[in-house]
Amino acid sequence: MKRKMTGMLAGAAISALMATSAAAEDLVIFWAEWDPANFLQELVNEYEEETGISVTVETTPWADFQTKAFTEFNARGSAYDMIVGDSQWLGAASEGGHYVDLTDFFKENNLGEVMAPATVKYYAEYPGNSGKYWAIPAEGDAVGWSYRKDWFEDPAEMEAFKAKYGYDLAPPKTWAELTDIAEFFHRPDEDRYGIAIYTDNSYDAMVMGVENAIFSYGADLGNFETYEVDGYVNSDQAVAALENYKKLYSYTPPGWAKTFFVENNQAITEGLVAMSMNYFAFFPALLNEASNPHAANTGFFANPAGPDGDQFAALGGQGISVVKYSENQDMAMDFLEWFIKDETQKRWAELGGYTASAAVLESDEFRQATPYNEAFYQTMFKVKDFWAVPEFAELLTSANQRLYPFIVGDEGTAKETLDALASDWENTFKKYGRGQ
Amino acid sequence: MPTNNMTRLDPNSQAASKGLSDLSIRNLFIIPTIAFLIIFNIFPLLYSLGYSFTDFRASTNAPAKFIGLQNYRELLNDPFIWKNFSITAKYVLISVTGQVVVGFGLAMLLNRAIPAKGLITTLLLLPMMLSMAVVGLFWKLLYDPNFGIINYFLGLGKFEWLADPDVALWAIAIVDIWMWSPFVMLLSLAGLSAVPKHLYEAAEIDRAGNIYTFFRITLPLVAPILMIAIIFRTMEAFKTFDLAYVLSSQPTTELIAIRLYKMAFQEWQTGMSSAFAYIVLIMVVAITNIYVKYLNKVKAR
Repeated sequence: MKRKMTGMLAGAAISALMATSAAAEDLVIFWAEWDPANFLQELVNEYEEETGISVTVETTPWADFQTKAFTEFNARGSAYDMIVGDSQWLGAASEGGHYVDLTDFFKENNLGEVMAPATVKYYAEYPGNSGKYWAIPAEGDAVGWSYRKDWFEDPAEMEAFKAKYGYDLAPPKTWAELTDIAEFFHRPDEDRYGIAIYTDNSYDAMVMGVENAIFSYGADLGNFETYEVDGYVNSDQAVAALENYKKLYSYTPPGWAKTFFVENNQAITEGLVAMSMNYFAFFPALLNEASNPHAANTGFFANPAGPDGDQFAALGGQGISVVKYSENQDMAMDFLEWFIKDETQKRWAELGGYTASAAVLESDEFRQATPYNEAFYQTMFKVKDFWAVPEFAELLTSANQRLYPFIVGDEGTAKETLDALASDWENTFKKYGRGQ
Repeated sequence: MPTNNMTRLDPNSQAASKGLSDLSIRNLFIIPTIAFLIIFNIFPLLYSLGYSFTDFRASTNAPAKFIGLQNYRELLNDPFIWKNFSITAKYVLISVTGQVVVGFGLAMLLNRAIPAKGLITTLLLLPMMLSMAVVGLFWKLLYDPNFGIINYFLGLGKFEWLADPDVALWAIAIVDIWMWSPFVMLLSLAGLSAVPKHLYEAAEIDRAGNIYTFFRITLPLVAPILMIAIIFRTMEAFKTFDLAYVLSSQPTTELIAIRLYKMAFQEWQTGMSSAFAYIVLIMVVAITNIYVKYLNKVKAR
């Protein structure tokens, strides 16, 4: 009897504890595991101080992020109230009925004007130009470049560079200059290499890297309204861009065949390369002496222009959406009201988040806050993105299957690669009845 | 089996005192297992068979539409899928052959009186006790062309084990061989210790050479247990995912399990991936059957 009583008391205590923890955790935001998620947790702690409503930012490694989020959506689960999802998910999540339609909220708060135009277009609106909004731009991001200032400013290197290429060694303004500089610094005998680019063919890593070249060369992935791809992704400009990207691969360090943001930051911290491609969100770590011994000598520049002067960059970043299956949708909407306030966005930027608020982005205070904020500001007004249709993952798979063997495996030509990719994408769109 | 053939319950046992019959005890053990098997294996298996004939995507709210054999037709006409199959076949061949050669060789070396035999055997078994993902991550460091210890010891300079499309699959197979040869070794050791000593004595009296003794006595007698090791390892190698996924993302190392994972959980092509899983299942069953038939033949000999 005594044992039974003890057991019952223990059970009651556990139940009480669980009830307390459930009440304390009012809202849950799901995001990938990276620094901006930690900054967001700091921000939402201030929301709790103001309102008494606690918000937890739950994270998972990037590799699992898409799978875990959609597994929860598919199960109609209410584990997450909000999600900071990738821009490519908009089609799948909105057509699948997983996101709450935020069009009215968007219009009431005039977010089309408040947020930077590119972030509204790519993080929030689906289908393109439909006036339907599913997310609030939360973390602006794009691909930029870091470089070794001390290598670039070394008088001997500057003199040798000018003698070889006929112009001054400086952060590149064009892809031709970028390629020259990569070639110039590529010295395997000295364990020094020209450049670090994305080559990982899982998910969107390498595709984002190639997009930087394709967009700046003046090409597009296709027509996002008619779903035509032939003549776009395999245009002459796109072919030249891909050839240039492959050329850059020959100036990367040994073993550079499965690399993404971690490896590209390591290329700088380990003193391997002159220039490294990466998302702006990973640049704070490069200014930290503790994680980068070359922090004082690391500089940043925006993705250079192509041969015809076009200058674009591949878009990263995410918008925050309310999950349709959340049991706290009203609370989530209240949170978004707070999140879009100017002072919250300013605070978000101060904590290290990349705000999408146009006013904050344009302020001198933001642009001068870090050595890379100016490049970020410039980039966020000239970004382009991948397809956001529900079958985006199939399009990514085709792109990886076609691009990787050409870039890393030296198979075929750029023209053959992109013709085959155009054909794959056409078949995918045909399969889902798009553009017919 | 009729209940009267079962071992009688001891009338003084606790079970008997609670009034449980032999039949009740048997059911108590079997029914949960059968129920578990039906709920978590048979039901999903049949359910996914149904999905394999539809265009269902779990990520949308759209209902599944019956499309007959279209998924199977598309998969079997996809050159990338055939490439995945040929990569997997090559991987299974390299990996299982390597494991049998290394594992059986180690067993032959250990099948004699040597000092600290128990300790050596235990140490050799350690690799297969590790997690596949952990093994993948640390071999990635060992293979690294910039600071990896393998190139340093072999004097290979900046040799790119995982970045070279022609070498990457071999590099993954080497890791698998390192990890699973001890398994083959363990089973081979059991087989070798069961070979009657008098056969070797008779061979010695007849002045049979080592090679003759190996091929005429050792191998035929160990063959049945070796075949069991090969069946297990072939099935495991056929569905390898973690090692290859962690070590390399080369198209030349995209095994069928990786392609299936991407199709099912990144692209959310639920119907198509169900069909793909069935094609893989049929292949595994067919290969296993061939092995089992061969095993029975070996046993009969």
